Amino acid sequence: MFDPIPEAAAWAIVLLPLASFAIIALASLLSASGVRLWRPAWSGYLTVLAIAAALALSVWALDSAVQSDGHAVGFAPHEWVTVGPLTVDIGFRLDGLSALMLVVVTGVSLMVQVYSQGYMAGDPGYSRYFAFMSLFTGAMLGLVAASSILQLFVFWELVGLCSYLLIGFWFHREAARRAATKAFLVTRLGDLGLISAILLIWWQTGELDIARIHEAVLAGTVPAAVVAYFAGGVFAGAAGKSAQFPLHVWLPDAMEGPTPVSALIHAATMVAAGVYLVARLFPAYALAEEAITTVAVIGAVTAIMSALLGVVATDIKRVLAYSTISQLGYMMAGLGSLAFAPAMFHLFTHAFFKALLFLGAGSVNHATGTFDMRRMGGLARSMPVTFLTMSLGALALVGLFPLAGFWSKDELLAVAWDERPAVFWALLVGVFLTALYVGRMLFLTFAGEYRGGEAGAHGHAPSHPHESPPVMLLPMVLLAGLAAAVGLTNLGHGVEHLLVGALPSEAEGLAAEPHFRFGIAAASVALGLAGLAVAWAIYGARVVPSEDIARALAPLHRLLERRYYLDDLYEGVITGRLVLAGLARGLYLWDRYVVDGIVNGIAQGARETADRLRLAQAGQPQVYGAFLALGIVVATVVVLLANP
Amino acid sequence: MLSFMTFFPLAGAAAVALLPRARETWARWLALATSLVVLGCALALFAAYDRDGAQFQFVDAHTWLSSDVAPFTVRYLLGVDGLSLPLVLLTAFLTTVAVLISWNIDLRPREYFAWLLALETSLLGVFSSLDLVLFFLFFELELLPMYFLISIWGTGRRVYSAWKYVLFTFFGSAFMLVGILALGFAAGTFDMRELQQMGPLREAVLPAAVIFAFLMIAFGIKLPVVPLHTWLPDAHTDAPTAVSVILAGVLLKMGGYGILRLCFSILPQVARDASLFLAAFAALSILYGALVTLMQQDLKRLIAYSSVSHMGYVLLGASALGSVGLTGAAMQMFTHGLVTGLLFVMVGLVYDRTHTRAIPELSGLAHRMPYVATVMVIAGLASLGLPSLAGFVSEITVFLGTFPRHQLLTVLGVLGVLLAAGYILWMVQRVFWGEPSPRWQGIGDAVAWWERVPTLALVAVILLVGIYPAAVMDLFERGVLPIASRLG
Repeated sequence: MFDPIPEAAAWAIVLLPLASFAIIALASLLSASGVRLWRPAWSGYLTVLAIAAALALSVWALDSAVQSDGHAVGFAPHEWVTVGPLTVDIGFRLDGLSALMLVVVTGVSLMVQVYSQGYMAGDPGYSRYFAFMSLFTGAMLGLVAASSILQLFVFWELVGLCSYLLIGFWFHREAARRAATKAFLVTRLGDLGLISAILLIWWQTGELDIARIHEAVLAGTVPAAVVAYFAGGVFAGAAGKSAQFPLHVWLPDAMEGPTPVSALIHAATMVAAGVYLVARLFPAYALAEEAITTVAVIGAVTAIMSALLGVVATDIKRVLAYSTISQLGYMMAGLGSLAFAPAMFHLFTHAFFKALLFLGAGSVNHATGTFDMRRMGGLARSMPVTFLTMSLGALALVGLFPLAGFWSKDELLAVAWDERPAVFWALLVGVFLTALYVGRMLFLTFAGEYRGGEAGAHGHAPSHPHESPPVMLLPMVLLAGLAAAVGLTNLGHGVEHLLVGALPSEAEGLAAEPHFRFGIAAASVALGLAGLAVAWAIYGARVVPSEDIARALAPLHRLLERRYYLDDLYEGVITGRLVLAGLARGLYLWDRYVVDGIVNGIAQGARETADRLRLAQAGQPQVYGAFLALGIVVATVVVLLANP
Repeated sequence: MLSFMTFFPLAGAAAVALLPRARETWARWLALATSLVVLGCALALFAAYDRDGAQFQFVDAHTWLSSDVAPFTVRYLLGVDGLSLPLVLLTAFLTTVAVLISWNIDLRPREYFAWLLALETSLLGVFSSLDLVLFFLFFELELLPMYFLISIWGTGRRVYSAWKYVLFTFFGSAFMLVGILALGFAAGTFDMRELQQMGPLREAVLPAAVIFAFLMIAFGIKLPVVPLHTWLPDAHTDAPTAVSVILAGVLLKMGGYGILRLCFSILPQVARDASLFLAAFAALSILYGALVTLMQQDLKRLIAYSSVSHMGYVLLGASALGSVGLTGAAMQMFTHGLVTGLLFVMVGLVYDRTHTRAIPELSGLAHRMPYVATVMVIAGLASLGLPSLAGFVSEITVFLGTFPRHQLLTVLGVLGVLLAAGYILWMVQRVFWGEPSPRWQGIGDAVAWWERVPTLALVAVILLVGIYPAAVMDLFERGVLPIASRLG
């Protein structure tokens, strides 16, 4: 359609949001210094403007990638640092995979920023919020565009930083600051694997450029064990970012940030980064049997395990958080089953309906002052737009024909059926569980009678919930349209073609192709409907009250309520007892009493010796003399021993 | 030029000390002017250094002591190369910062600023001496101002800490002196330029390995390396803010500089054999330092202990023996100076207002001092190795350089990065975040120009080095290449 995008315009996609961040930061600094030229409202406008421009350029970039069949549009990398044998380049990798991600990130981010104009209105940290959001978006775009793995890591960490800052945005709240620190530390634990993998691959290949790493791996010059460790280490980092078992614990707590932040984290940034990273390095996984099996197993376990948690959570955002973890599990399980394009396609569709669901949750919170579904109910009447858009997003998540989730999930299931039957069955059970928690969420929130809300951030307990302002509803309506339609983009296998084109040509054959099977599609839709029906029976019609079920399954219910005791294990036992109370405290005491004790003991001894020998005048200098003497005596003895 | 720059602060110190009592308030202005002149000189040298020219430039050489009896001469010999020049610049920069944040010193200001400037001369001398004996003299000269600065203007157990610092250093110096003399007599010269061309030592009074070990003890105390580190937390904690900045920012680097300049470039054969041993001590310092840091309840002590951990990366990079690791080690010295310098400045600003450094007593300070909180968070992020800030560049270079030689020990070092995130974020979470405490109702933010200017300058440089590291890294690379080629 258009001419190919020039490199400067491609870089502008990354740099525009970063510039928006820099301008808001400098303006805030000036304001704090007394030069009050900047109005907070401008921060919001500037962010929307920058990201809208980035979206337009991203669409151009996508067009260029489509024209080149998804193959890399060759921008030469630029030298950043050279030290001896180490050369670090930075470059913009534009291909089908990154172009699709650019559009997802800018598109979802734009919706979220528009919505935030309403949601964050009046917050004292308004400018700070949009500064961080700009940085967050820019960092994610930089990650997507990175041509070298070290460059990717730089933006990877910046994405982590922004989610830290935004989760802890309301830093006066105890829960928010805890959640922020937890998110950073847990993801950084995974990053240890990623750093080690980068060190390993550089040692073995001398390359940091991703395309050249692929060349080396595909040429078979790298030992198989190295590829396996490399892929495994990268996956540790990806599991941290994408909240895969057992590093998923930070994501449910990340709810403490403002809700639009959650929408962005869960849809297009942060958690998408891990899946994207594994997809970006797909050739290495396809060649490392142990690594890719690990990805498949962890993904499937995560998908089931967190869907179960979603069934018992009472906080609407937590339900959605567990849903995200579960869906990320689907994507990872898909990548682990060689379903390269379907997994990324699922990331693509998921981004729109999950962003919509979070914005809907924010809208509900705006009206009721609470996220606790036990205090909602009956909102369908007072909030019709929120109700309709959220329902559409929810049904897309369940995967009902012909909504977005149906197409991508079906492809995942079809490939898993061919490649890894065990994963297929797990994911199929997951479809039922997904429908169950989604139905439960809808019925608790929108059906029945209103249960009163809560005095929340906006100060009053609203007796009559009202619909949100248009600036919040508009993005929801647009996203609802996308959640309904975006699955159709791949009807002619266009998206798949685009994505597979991003792989090195030798690796294109390694990715499995999905074959439509009517039986699988019918089964998954049927299970989805069954799940919704069960949810209706329990939470809508209350044929079987949920309390009875909880009582009947008490041990399981308790296990789920305590989130499998993993938080207790990590925070209480490992961090609290072993690392802090055990190792760190032990070393602290050792350092204080033993190491320093010996030093002080020697000083004391030297002083007494000096006193006895009357080597110096009274007072401190004798100690100094004694020390110098001690050193010289030791040195002399050594000299004598060395020269007999 | 180099001699002028090195001794100009001493002249400034004399002028400050001789100010009449009635003109006491001029002391800080005079000190600031002096430090700015030096900073200007350092920047000029940095710009004028020919990156394709000779290794040592701006050399000043004069015979100082020569004897007919003994076959050696001691010379007054100054010069800088790619390794020392950035450290000279760092010294000039941090001294200016130190003068500014001491603006409100009201206890004997003339003496205070005079000692601070005298300290600068000794530090510049250490980094620009090319004669071993001269190096030793400057290395020792630093103790005098340091002792007075800590014991008079310090806090807490300041006299104990000052003595502890002096005694530790002296203990190491005795070994260094023997090592230097043994080297000089064996080679017949104290000129570092000639020593670093020399082949394996013959006919020394001591085996090369023992000389190496002696020098390592001296520099290992300064760096510091666990278990020779216990002077550091005491001295850093009890020193006044500006002195903590210089201590952490520059003085520790004398250790790392000595290791590279003396141990590695003069005795490369021993360094090769000791590589594994050094890497093990580096990993020990990194992990031990970080774990002990986790337990600290005093803000300043926390940052002091984090220095033990961070300086471990210098030794780790050095143990790699290659140009990448050595450049990383040198970069780590530079970035740690900036980052930890800034951390100490910020802790000083907090202490000026709250008069406590006990972490459990502090809470929600971000509400009262948003500027201090913001800069502290930036400094903390740089300290935990966040990309785009200075600390990351040096750490990743160290890791990349060391991994090919010591895989397991490097991964242990990487673990230190996780622990760093732990102690920094927990500190930020407890001190700056949280509900505003009524106890800190009345305190204000840092608004004075002498608080804002140095902190903003440090943030700007930390960002610059983080985003465009080549600005300094190219020079360091040039500096370590001769060392790396001797090791290789």
